[in-house]
Amino acid sequence: MKRKIGIGKALLYVVLVVYAIITLIPFLWALSSSFKTLEEIVSGTMSFVPKQFTLDNYKQIFVEQELFPRWLLNSVIIAAAVTVLNLLFNSMAGYALARLQFPGRKPLFLIILAVLMIPAQVTMIPNYLILKQLGWLNSYQGMIVPTMINATFIFMMRQFFINFPRELEEAAELDGLGRLGIFFRIVLPLARPALAAQAIFVFMGSWNDFMRPLIILSDPQLFTLPLGLNSFKGQYISYWNYIMAASMVFTLPVLVIYTFFNRYFIKGISFTGGK
Amino acid sequence: MKQTLTKKMWRETGSAYLFLSPALFVLLLFIIGPIVFAVFLAFHKVQLLGTTSFEFVGLDNFARIADDTRAKIALWNTLKYVAIVVPCQTILALVLAATLNAGLKGEKFFRIVYFLPTLTSSAVLTLIFMWMYNQNGLINHVLEAVGLPTYNWLGDPDVALNAIMIMNIWSTAPYFMVIYLAALQDIPDSLYEAAELDGADAWQKFWHVTVPYLRPVTSFVVVMGLIGTFQLFDQSYIFSAGSGGPNNSTLTVVLLIYQYAFKTLGTMGYAAALAFALAIIILIATLLQRKLSKEESLY
Repeated sequence: MKRKIGIGKALLYVVLVVYAIITLIPFLWALSSSFKTLEEIVSGTMSFVPKQFTLDNYKQIFVEQELFPRWLLNSVIIAAAVTVLNLLFNSMAGYALARLQFPGRKPLFLIILAVLMIPAQVTMIPNYLILKQLGWLNSYQGMIVPTMINATFIFMMRQFFINFPRELEEAAELDGLGRLGIFFRIVLPLARPALAAQAIFVFMGSWNDFMRPLIILSDPQLFTLPLGLNSFKGQYISYWNYIMAASMVFTLPVLVIYTFFNRYFIKGISFTGGK
Repeated sequence: MKQTLTKKMWRETGSAYLFLSPALFVLLLFIIGPIVFAVFLAFHKVQLLGTTSFEFVGLDNFARIADDTRAKIALWNTLKYVAIVVPCQTILALVLAATLNAGLKGEKFFRIVYFLPTLTSSAVLTLIFMWMYNQNGLINHVLEAVGLPTYNWLGDPDVALNAIMIMNIWSTAPYFMVIYLAALQDIPDSLYEAAELDGADAWQKFWHVTVPYLRPVTSFVVVMGLIGTFQLFDQSYIFSAGSGGPNNSTLTVVLLIYQYAFKTLGTMGYAAALAFALAIIILIATLLQRKLSKEESLY
């Protein structure tokens, strides 16, 4: 009996380890390629350890390719702005829908739920025309304003605030705080776990987005990283060493964020998905 | 008393709309407005040169879909992609979650590793895989080493879409794995204990306790999977440099919509009609799935 359990467990470990290898190989391969010389890369060796370790690829993309740092900066500015605005506006909307009594509350909530189900492709073309009319194509605001709220997270924040203990707010009200004061001083600080999960998802969504910048941005100066990387590929079609180095730079910030906020991440997924 | 009550009500309504104003602004200008605008566009021919002009064409845009060979190819590619990727990624996610939930050591480590692809942008993943799919690349070398046939992954119309499928199953399964993991924690131990009393082995417990218990979650995972796979774009676009090639083999519905909207002149209205067609297909697929899984749970 005991031996049987041992074999079963060993088998599970084999499954886990094999799949871990399958997951890691593409990343390790990209990482090692980013430290290889072009010569080694085109020679088609299969070694994961670079024969001649070099940092030239990274130097090349940051120094010679003037636009690369700019793309990085654009991505940071846009993703950071979108994240901060989403946290603020989604929470405000979620709080109003959860806690305040006002005419139009129910229909508004239903509209937000309905919006969740419309695929982005339907609004993509009209959005382009509206941004064109506003003169917001090729601009930060064109990238930021239309995504500064998110129906999914308004819904999530509403759920969060509904289960939030009322007593604290009532105490604050007795102390003479108005709605804004209660919200910013009492409610928002206590919503930190929900905000953390939301921040990660919104940041990643914006950081990794490909289609929206592809449609809105045509000036290479304003490209975000995904778009820059794609144009980079066109330009350096066979310089896979540069492309892999750029890919690694692109991935690093997300990995850092993930390692820091790992537990909120899982929580967030089971919050937005699951049940 | 009533006076103060209405005053309070007014104040509350005021602050509610103040709190909601940014959301309402975006909702109206960039979501609801565009939906209405999209309906308008689908019935018009749009000219973008100089000042934008619209010409009413009735149902022409929709009728045109039936005559469009590329639309048919795109739809067929997309359906094939959905039909293969959704079941594969769902099963893989479930198996990974069940394995991770078996109470082994190092669970946290594996969880972090598995999650990497989901964190990484589709642009980066596609580039990494294009590099590995290279004719002289890692994947062909590995296949050769174990005696399997090699492929021209990027250039052969018969395999290009498969290359994208493999990559996306690999990168999406971990996301759904996390959803399954959360649900697995909720299964009461008593169910497993009862099954053990009945003499069930590990496999039987998985098949007769875990799988049925997770049915609602599976339903959710499948619906999310359907919505996601029907919208395949980034990977096809980067893979084929926007063309959907080789020989239209990676052309998806969304890529086609993009091409008609932004790459050819005078077809923006047609693209809007295609977008509606896609939305309806996704809606039908989702409803169908719901209906099927509901009927199942009647037993």
